[in-house]
Amino acid sequence: MRLSLLAAVIALACVTAAPGADPARGKALYDARCGGCHTIAENGPGPRHQGLFGCRAGTQPGYAYSEALRVSGIVWNDAMLDRWLADPNALVPGNAMVVQLAPLATERVDLIAFLRTAAQGPRTCRRSNAPTP
Amino acid sequence: MTEANTDHALIASPQRRALLARTAMLSTTAMALLSGVSLRSLAATPRDEQTGSDVAILNVALGLEHEGIAAYEIGAGTGLLSKPLLSVAVLFKGHHEGHREVLAGAIEKLGGTPVQPRSLAEYKASSKLDIGSIATAEDILRLAQRLELGAINAYLGVMPSFADRSLSKVAGRLIADETLHYTVLSQSLGQPLPQNTLSFGA
Repeated sequence: MRLSLLAAVIALACVTAAPGADPARGKALYDARCGGCHTIAENGPGPRHQGLFGCRAGTQPGYAYSEALRVSGIVWNDAMLDRWLADPNALVPGNAMVVQLAPLATERVDLIAFLRTAAQGPRTCRRSNAPTP
Repeated sequence: MTEANTDHALIASPQRRALLARTAMLSTTAMALLSGVSLRSLAATPRDEQTGSDVAILNVALGLEHEGIAAYEIGAGTGLLSKPLLSVAVLFKGHHEGHREVLAGAIEKLGGTPVQPRSLAEYKASSKLDIGSIATAEDILRLAQRLELGAINAYLGVMPSFADRSLSKVAGRLIADETLHYTVLSQSLGQPLPQNTLSFGA
């Protein structure tokens, strides 16, 4: 019972924007700083973001990821995205995303809040609990 | 071992000599880019991990240039732009074609393979460009403005990551062009100048 309650709280935390987060500002940041390479729906210079949360990193079909990211074992959630957006190469040395797009924590909170909303939809990546092929 | 001894050992080591040779070679590449010298006339370039990283960055940039060229071409072909706006679109497309040549040449010089453009039909079908939503000249300007801003921020983001810092100067010159485009497009759209300092990049 206690474990179920804990799981419910964690699940709720995972779908709720952080306090003070501004998804609209996150969208503006996404368009301006990420939009050159990423879209929600399609792979481009960067992989698409639809269904991002809960994905194993480097498993979006149709995108050529770096070996470093594919073997990283990362599963995308708020905390991992925060670290990634702050400095991708600090989190996964040798990965292909060499840019530091959001050095400010407030920017990352807003970006993640936007992605929480916009990245919903059919997921094509491998789920966090899927076995590694 | 003292720091001085460490430096001496590094200078004497084969790795250090290779690093110095590579740095000199890449700087020559960047200088050639900036001075208009044909990259094909330069000597072949050895590949290593850092060079591969530079090639990957340049290829992403090249992909964005291909996309920008396609967007201006599609926009110019809609018949929605007035003659003055069409002239500007054609001019900016030409700038991006110049960027394309610089980047493709650099990639080849570094031993990489330049990424090829997608077909015009694929660009037209791209959700990123969202060509289907274009109904007015203003829509075309907004698309171009969005792509220019994306390119500015992408270049700004990758500038510190070039193994050859001279390539950052090349990126800086590309950013200057993109920012010029962005400013003209923003003015055409009647948008105010940025009120904050450091309004680009992160």
